[in-house]
Amino acid sequence: MLDILVQMFSYGFMVRAIIVGVLVALCAALLGITLVLKRYSMIGDGLSHVGFGALCVALAMNVAPLAVSVPVVVVAAFLLLRISENSKIKGDAAIALISSASLAIGVLVTSVTTGLNSDVNGYMFGSILAMSDADVIVSIVLSVFVLTLYAVFYNKIFAVTFDESFARATGTRTGVYNTMIALLTAITIVIGMRMMGAMLISSLVIFPALTAMRVCKTFKSVVITAAIDSVVCFFTGLCISFAFSLPAGASVVAVNTAAFLLFSVFGMIKKKIS
Amino acid sequence: MALLKCENVYMSYDSVTAVNGVSFEVEQGDFLCIVGENGTGKSTLLKGILGLQKIARGAVSFNGISNNDIGYLPQRTEVQKDFPAAVREVVISGRLSCGRKLFYTPADRKIANQNMKMLNIDGIKHKAFNELSGGQQQRVLLARALCSTQKLLLLDEPTTGLDPFATADMYSIISHLNKHHGVTVIMVTHDVRSSVLYANKILSMEHDGDFFGTVEEYKKTAAARLILGGDCDA
Repeated sequence: MLDILVQMFSYGFMVRAIIVGVLVALCAALLGITLVLKRYSMIGDGLSHVGFGALCVALAMNVAPLAVSVPVVVVAAFLLLRISENSKIKGDAAIALISSASLAIGVLVTSVTTGLNSDVNGYMFGSILAMSDADVIVSIVLSVFVLTLYAVFYNKIFAVTFDESFARATGTRTGVYNTMIALLTAITIVIGMRMMGAMLISSLVIFPALTAMRVCKTFKSVVITAAIDSVVCFFTGLCISFAFSLPAGASVVAVNTAAFLLFSVFGMIKKKIS
Repeated sequence: MALLKCENVYMSYDSVTAVNGVSFEVEQGDFLCIVGENGTGKSTLLKGILGLQKIARGAVSFNGISNNDIGYLPQRTEVQKDFPAAVREVVISGRLSCGRKLFYTPADRKIANQNMKMLNIDGIKHKAFNELSGGQQQRVLLARALCSTQKLLLLDEPTTGLDPFATADMYSIISHLNKHHGVTVIMVTHDVRSSVLYANKILSMEHDGDFFGTVEEYKKTAAARLILGGDCDA
């Protein structure tokens, strides 16, 4: 066990993957709580598909992936949030539209340019080798940004998530906080996407919050548990992936699923006892 | 001088006119009940007063109070049914109303504790909000509203979904706040019978025109006679 860990940390790409992954897992877990509670779980999924489309276009145009995908996904996040607020088109339908459309664009663009090669496969299901030194720096800066904002606005985020009309009626500018959550989610997804894969990144957003909510009943305990759960699951998943040469993204999601089931059982037992 | 004055307020909702030229005044210490059939724009009007929805025409003016002095008890939402939150966390969030505040001070905690004591929920303050009964949940939300103000409370159908005991309990709490703590109350409700018991003013919104006046005047109207039957003279 120990020698696997030592071996893991001896590879530069693994160290980069661990740093970026732990930070992304932490940010995604925190943002995920608000998204899950506000019934916006699918936004994470929709945004990752948009990110996939943007990555394919960036690849075809031969420009830096983050430079294209960050702005595109941020714009998509704003759009999705607006549509969710506007009752005329239902939010879930809009997300389904946008995500399948961007997936299609991504596939079309790659098939006419480079063809569906291993790069595209990497975007779909993630690649542990995708992290460069520049990515590490970008993700450290962005996660510090996300974590700071979350800590500073923690009480406001609680108020806006729990009861938007009350918050708005008593003078909180809820639109600003909703936009902030969307923006931070978009950034987190784009950064985590290349390691976890476009198809799997949304699990980092959704699983920890739901797992924590099986057992915890207060907001604070959900936040803390989700954060710890997310980081532990990511790290465990990465170790398993390294030890058994399995895809990293899928391993992390599998560990998250196991944690969810474990917490569900624990929650049921807890309920029976009390 | 009236604490709150609505003059000829028009509001529309999805391009349908919901509030049709409503005028009324609320003085300090009043208990106003807004009654009326479904779809007459009672809740919409409340949202207009709170600034949650745009007013198409007319004016809402506050006197001596600002937006921060309003406590609001909205209808409970779907989201809250499985929301992990302790009673304490919910109540104290009412203290954020003062604009730029981001963190709670010891003074905020003290006010939250006082309100929980007053509404008799300090024994359950560590419990999960979503595991409480409907009546207890409303007490928690009322405590939160009181954390943002002691001046003007706006309540949107606070007794919907409560059993008769919890309903009576809710009315007596609100009435107590109004009589003994000088809180001005504006309440939207379907319950005309309780309204005439506890309120001193009634705004009745009907499809064929509104009524605004004291409870005594309201009891004489045809609509009130129809709803209250013979026992309004008693």
